[in-house]
Amino acid sequence: MNLDSKIPEGELADKWTKYKSSVPLVNPANKRNMEVVVVGTGLAGASAASTLAELGYKVKAFCFQDSPRRAHSIAAQGGINAAKNYQNDGDSTYRLFYDTIKGGDYRSREGNVHRLAEVSTNIIDQCVAQGVPFAREYGGTLSNRSFGGVQVQRTFYAAGQTGQQLLLGAYSSLERQIGLGNVEMFARHEMLDVVKIDGVARGIIAKNLITGELERHFGHAVVLCTGGYGNVFYLSTNAMGSNVTAAWKAHKQGAMMANPCFTQIHPTCIPVSGEHQSKLTLMSESLRNDGRIWVPKKEGDDRNPNDIPEDERDYYLERRYPAFGNLVPRDVASRAAKERCDAGFGVGPSKMAVYLDFKYNLMNKYGKAEATKKGIANPDDDTLIALGKDVIKEKYGNLFDMYRQITDENPYETPMRIYPAVHYTMGGLWVDYELQTNVPGLYALGEANFSDHGANRLGASALMQGLADGYFVIPYTLGSYLSKDISTASISTNHESFDNAEKEVAARIEKLMSIKGTKSVESFHRRLGLIMWNKCGMARNAPDLKDAIAEIKALRAEFWSDVRIPGTDKGYNPELDKAGRVADFLELGELMCVDALNREESCGGHFREEFQTPEGEAKRDDDKYMYVASWESKAEGEWELHKENLEYENVKIAQRSYK
Amino acid sequence: MEKVLNINLKVWRQANPEVTGRFEEYKVETSPDSSFLEMFDVLNEQLINSGQEPVAFDHDCREGICGMCSMVINGRPHGPKKAVTTCQLHMRSFNDGDTVVVEPWRADAFPVIKDLTVNRSSFDKIIASGGYISVNTGNAVDANAMLIPKDDADTAFEAATCIGCGACVSACKNASAMLFVGAKVTQLATLPQGKAEREKRVVAMVNAMDAEGFGACSNTGACAAECPKGIPLSAIATLNKEYTKAKMKGF
Repeated sequence: MNLDSKIPEGELADKWTKYKSSVPLVNPANKRNMEVVVVGTGLAGASAASTLAELGYKVKAFCFQDSPRRAHSIAAQGGINAAKNYQNDGDSTYRLFYDTIKGGDYRSREGNVHRLAEVSTNIIDQCVAQGVPFAREYGGTLSNRSFGGVQVQRTFYAAGQTGQQLLLGAYSSLERQIGLGNVEMFARHEMLDVVKIDGVARGIIAKNLITGELERHFGHAVVLCTGGYGNVFYLSTNAMGSNVTAAWKAHKQGAMMANPCFTQIHPTCIPVSGEHQSKLTLMSESLRNDGRIWVPKKEGDDRNPNDIPEDERDYYLERRYPAFGNLVPRDVASRAAKERCDAGFGVGPSKMAVYLDFKYNLMNKYGKAEATKKGIANPDDDTLIALGKDVIKEKYGNLFDMYRQITDENPYETPMRIYPAVHYTMGGLWVDYELQTNVPGLYALGEANFSDHGANRLGASALMQGLADGYFVIPYTLGSYLSKDISTASISTNHESFDNAEKEVAARIEKLMSIKGTKSVESFHRRLGLIMWNKCGMARNAPDLKDAIAEIKALRAEFWSDVRIPGTDKGYNPELDKAGRVADFLELGELMCVDALNREESCGGHFREEFQTPEGEAKRDDDKYMYVASWESKAEGEWELHKENLEYENVKIAQRSYK
Repeated sequence: MEKVLNINLKVWRQANPEVTGRFEEYKVETSPDSSFLEMFDVLNEQLINSGQEPVAFDHDCREGICGMCSMVINGRPHGPKKAVTTCQLHMRSFNDGDTVVVEPWRADAFPVIKDLTVNRSSFDKIIASGGYISVNTGNAVDANAMLIPKDDADTAFEAATCIGCGACVSACKNASAMLFVGAKVTQLATLPQGKAEREKRVVAMVNAMDAEGFGACSNTGACAAECPKGIPLSAIATLNKEYTKAKMKGF
């Protein structure tokens, strides 16, 4: 199979401009006759659906939640990057592009990433115009902060709930188009298959989760904005409902999954506390602007952290990476935390945690500044702490409250305990420059695709990519595709391809309901998660991955013979819906291990223990693995690998260094 | 050994909107570190293992931000703690042996779907009627071209933190949605970008609110007291002010 990335010819900085000015268009009268199905209403989906509707297309949007406003983009905390250079600190489109390529450990496409950096500034303008209340300075200008892997301040934010504010902006645009009758919204609907006619995506089969009925929806094109698959690990920072099902159904219909093993393990999450836990909670990376990460220098030191003197603390990120310090990229910070804990220096009841401590900046950075502003001479420590607390509260208040709620500890007084957890998946459906999968008419946007983050995503870049894809890329690229399809009239959903697709979906549901086994869906999900975390998590090796593949196959067989789903397939049955999602995770997990086993190098978040530098850093093998691993589904548990070679014409390839 | 709490639950069970619901009693053993929803996970696991139907309840992010979870716990939306959603309520707020009564949001505009799950699409319809700034993608000027005083930005942000959960409606004896609508109106009327259509917006949103069957406000303040995000009662004052001004201008 020929994987053509369709990167436009020409100079890097001119590619997107040239593409936009030469792309074929659809005239307004024809747009009104063209239907587009958008699945998912997070940042990518809501922005795509509303923007396409503004252009005049007839849009149908779907989400499994009770309202489009609930999509998990809402939980993003720290911020969104844009190369505005408002801080006059040396930022530029090229620098954002370069940081992203380097942060991704040289495993993403130059053309895509440069476009992302170019449109980043438009996103901020658009969001402000929508009324997104970003943080501001007293002079009325927008405020910025830093994120990992970067030496400029280019992150725009709204306290610790930037994702919420951006999503509500996109959601309000979407609701406006719903109110105007340009978008038909289907909440509490889940996509269960892509319908292809003559090899082209022409619609979906969706289940109404309330009535249990299957529905057929035609579209000239289908746009998947269905997020990532981190929940394959059971415990992750994803929402409970986040799943791979829509992307996986597309994969089974021929769309390739690219780099599925590239998983982001986020360094600052609240540690696992017990068996009861259903999910993990992130503490934003933005906290590393002001929090310093440390463990005791003495192994097994179980004193109260506030009683451990300065010279007995190991600020290991500042020690190992003096140039970036606490703001190294996520993959580096996560591995460093694991290394310290594995070596016996971990803290807290489980010993699988490190401290994130705000006291130093609370006093020295903010406390002193406030004291100066207020004219307080020689403030004592308590005064500094009190003054600094107010500033920290304004910057991150909700995060500190959340931490306190979950752990019952006060992070203003005691350092936070944190540990890495599954957060984001860089891998996803393979797409070309136009965000089209290898199935014509089927597109993937946002976290659902693989394209922009390589082997490691930099902080505050997910929001940027979701909105870039939805607001500024798909309106052009989809138009290019639809311009060749204007003579296709809407196809009746009585077409035999819809018949067959619906029959297959119904048969799968019937099969699930007929098992009537003894174990809950949840119990299988939990077991899958353990296999994935232990053998395909932060550190991987060939023997473990081979074991994991065998274990997942066995678990899948057990699931299909012994899962118990209560109720019936009629009406509202959340257990049945969960069963379908876990069944898909049980296939995806295997592919992730296959991909991780194939990639005999370490890069970004993919760390193969066999391939590391003497200092324990990821060791790439650019000669053999500078490619996108795209997997074509052949049968259950069988895939064929297709390689898209990555070419770097502008960036000099180097060993990534943050020292 | 890990500490364990024994909780007696009385949970509202209702198979679908057409049938009459009733309370069912269950016993659950839980860790004090579990969240309220994790305690429900344990209950559901028990029910499934004993061949019964699990309790249907809405939830998703479990971080207090998506607004999907919605339980009335001992008569209070999101339970006993201030400024906390159901998913962030932890069992350490309860004592061993406690009886806890759990009901769905109750309001005509939020009909029950099943058990503790209700239909809140009326909120979406209110937003669709005018809870936005009419700006198509691509029309924006440079973000710093418009300076917004920090205090205004902060006021707008505070109002914009509403998660649309509906606790305000559930807490109100009139099932009024004034706090929800007031929050959105406050956000957009405070910002210069939102001023162009402020009159049209507030009238449309209030009309939609009435059409969806929400009640009127009688200033008891239960909504603000139970709001998990601390949206202040002044949002309703702003809503009334904006509405009156718009009406006087003839909108």
